[in-house]
Amino acid sequence: MTSKAGGLNPEGDGRSLLGIRWLLVGVGAVLVSAVVGVATGPVSIPLGQVVRELLDRLPLLEVDSSLSAVDRAIIWDLRAPRVVLGLLVGALLAGSGAAYQGVFRNPLADPYLLGIAAGAGLGATIAIVAELRDVLGVVDPVPLVAFAGALVAVTAAGTLSVRRGRVGSPTTLILAGVAVANFFTAIQTFVQQQNSETLQQVFAWILGRLSTAGWAEVWLLLPYAAVSVVGLVLAVGPLDVLAVGDEEASTLGLRPRAVRRAILVVASLGAAAAVAVSGLIGFVGLVVPHAVRLVAGASHRRVIPLSLLFGAAFLALADVVARTVQAPAELPIGVITAFVGAPFFLVILRRQMAS
Amino acid sequence: MDLGGRTVVDCVDLEVAAGSWTTVVGPNGAGKTTLLRALAGTVAHSGTVRVGPARTPEPSGRNRARLLAVVPQHPVIPPGMQVFDYALLGRSPHQGLRFSASATDRRATAAVLDRLDLTPFSDRAVDSLSGGERQRVVVARALVQETPVLVLDEPTSFLDLGHQLEVLELVAELRTERDLTVVGSLHDLSVVGQFADRIAVLDAGRLVADGRPAEILTPELIARHWGVDARTEVDDEGAVTVTVHRRRPG
Repeated sequence: MTSKAGGLNPEGDGRSLLGIRWLLVGVGAVLVSAVVGVATGPVSIPLGQVVRELLDRLPLLEVDSSLSAVDRAIIWDLRAPRVVLGLLVGALLAGSGAAYQGVFRNPLADPYLLGIAAGAGLGATIAIVAELRDVLGVVDPVPLVAFAGALVAVTAAGTLSVRRGRVGSPTTLILAGVAVANFFTAIQTFVQQQNSETLQQVFAWILGRLSTAGWAEVWLLLPYAAVSVVGLVLAVGPLDVLAVGDEEASTLGLRPRAVRRAILVVASLGAAAAVAVSGLIGFVGLVVPHAVRLVAGASHRRVIPLSLLFGAAFLALADVVARTVQAPAELPIGVITAFVGAPFFLVILRRQMAS
Repeated sequence: MDLGGRTVVDCVDLEVAAGSWTTVVGPNGAGKTTLLRALAGTVAHSGTVRVGPARTPEPSGRNRARLLAVVPQHPVIPPGMQVFDYALLGRSPHQGLRFSASATDRRATAAVLDRLDLTPFSDRAVDSLSGGERQRVVVARALVQETPVLVLDEPTSFLDLGHQLEVLELVAELRTERDLTVVGSLHDLSVVGQFADRIAVLDAGRLVADGRPAEILTPELIARHWGVDARTEVDDEGAVTVTVHRRRPG
């Protein structure tokens, strides 16, 4: 390369600064939403004390929050696990949504709309009613069977809309997803009604377990979340290459089919694990990546990490809304995300039709 | 360097010298694009494509992408992708799985954008650029691949005359600068004789003529394969200008 465009190219540096700036904003959003989430609830605990209590838990910091033992228990045993779970689920739904959009080259793709969440839901239901927990012992089978269900669903939706490496129109994929989702939901309802003794358990799961979440759910989700997040973050380069279509991607040295499959597996693992602990929450995977693209551009190098961060913050805040608008009653969190997401979906759809 | 091509629809044996510019011409449907796609490895073909000394096995995947960079006829432009990120895709065959592009990747990309006067466009979306600028960005991506061979499939099909010349002149300069071997196709006979130093004529999937522009681009050959009445003019440097005439009834 010529020396005049050496290490001090202002363009290159300016660009990475832009990326870093948005990453910092994303981290800030996660922190703010976490504090708000922990500070909000039926028992009022002053924000200042909450912040001091949280800081006290950081290594090397010694801060006296002067909280009572009861308040402390409310924060650490009730609110914190719920907030952490919300952050993880939000990150996984948004990150996997961004990956599905990239793989299918379809701005409308979302784990919920593609029927992947329904597939995972059927898997989770089967795991619950068959009482697989007793079979496998220590390992909780719900996320694993949900993952299997998600893979079946994504394969179904994918094969229905991809032919010989050519991706069908965006609407074809979504229609295929709607059919897949309905099919799996039908089976799920059937399985659930056949097994009245576990009905309550299944219902509790469908409505979202964020409300009853404890640290156990967080630990259950964490390993799957870690694998999926690492996989998604490593896939940013290949996702960008896939964006130019299979033929050009292969002239750039990529094996598009294999790469697509690998990314779908990683994304579905995250989406299924999220569904397994939180029930069906729609539109997060759609709204967040789109908002991110508007501000930071279409490259997955920025879309994936920023979707993970802003997805986490978005869901944690949606959960705050879900438990405050009708307090003391709680709305299912899916109601909040659909309320924001469905109109957003229509806007994107309309834009798609225009172009 | 030796590039032997043999495709399913054609029976073509073509050897291209290192550092030369070979252009495949021929009427519509002659198989130009298929031949180039066989070169690029994006179409199933019998026979072999070799880059380098004889008996080298046909390269695949990543290795092929390190030897041959392709400027496609209809590049897919991802909606909203910025110029820098698009050009950066050319680094893909040189990258492993990693989260961020390395400083080397960014430097190589920035240098190419700089060379093609695209630096001011770095943050613009590729799909918001004009046809000529967009084509330059696609060429930039191919250059970022840093391959010895550049494959251009009708790189100027959607450009007006001025931009056609601009792109071809750019390729000519880059070829000298970087010692590139260029293999391409062009449908416009009026410009082909001025840029290629070797012309291969393809008709109905067969190689019917192959040689220096002055030997190949003759009124007789053009009449035979295109059915067009043309006049040709050869200058001192061997460049050929072709003028075509309107066919008049009677």
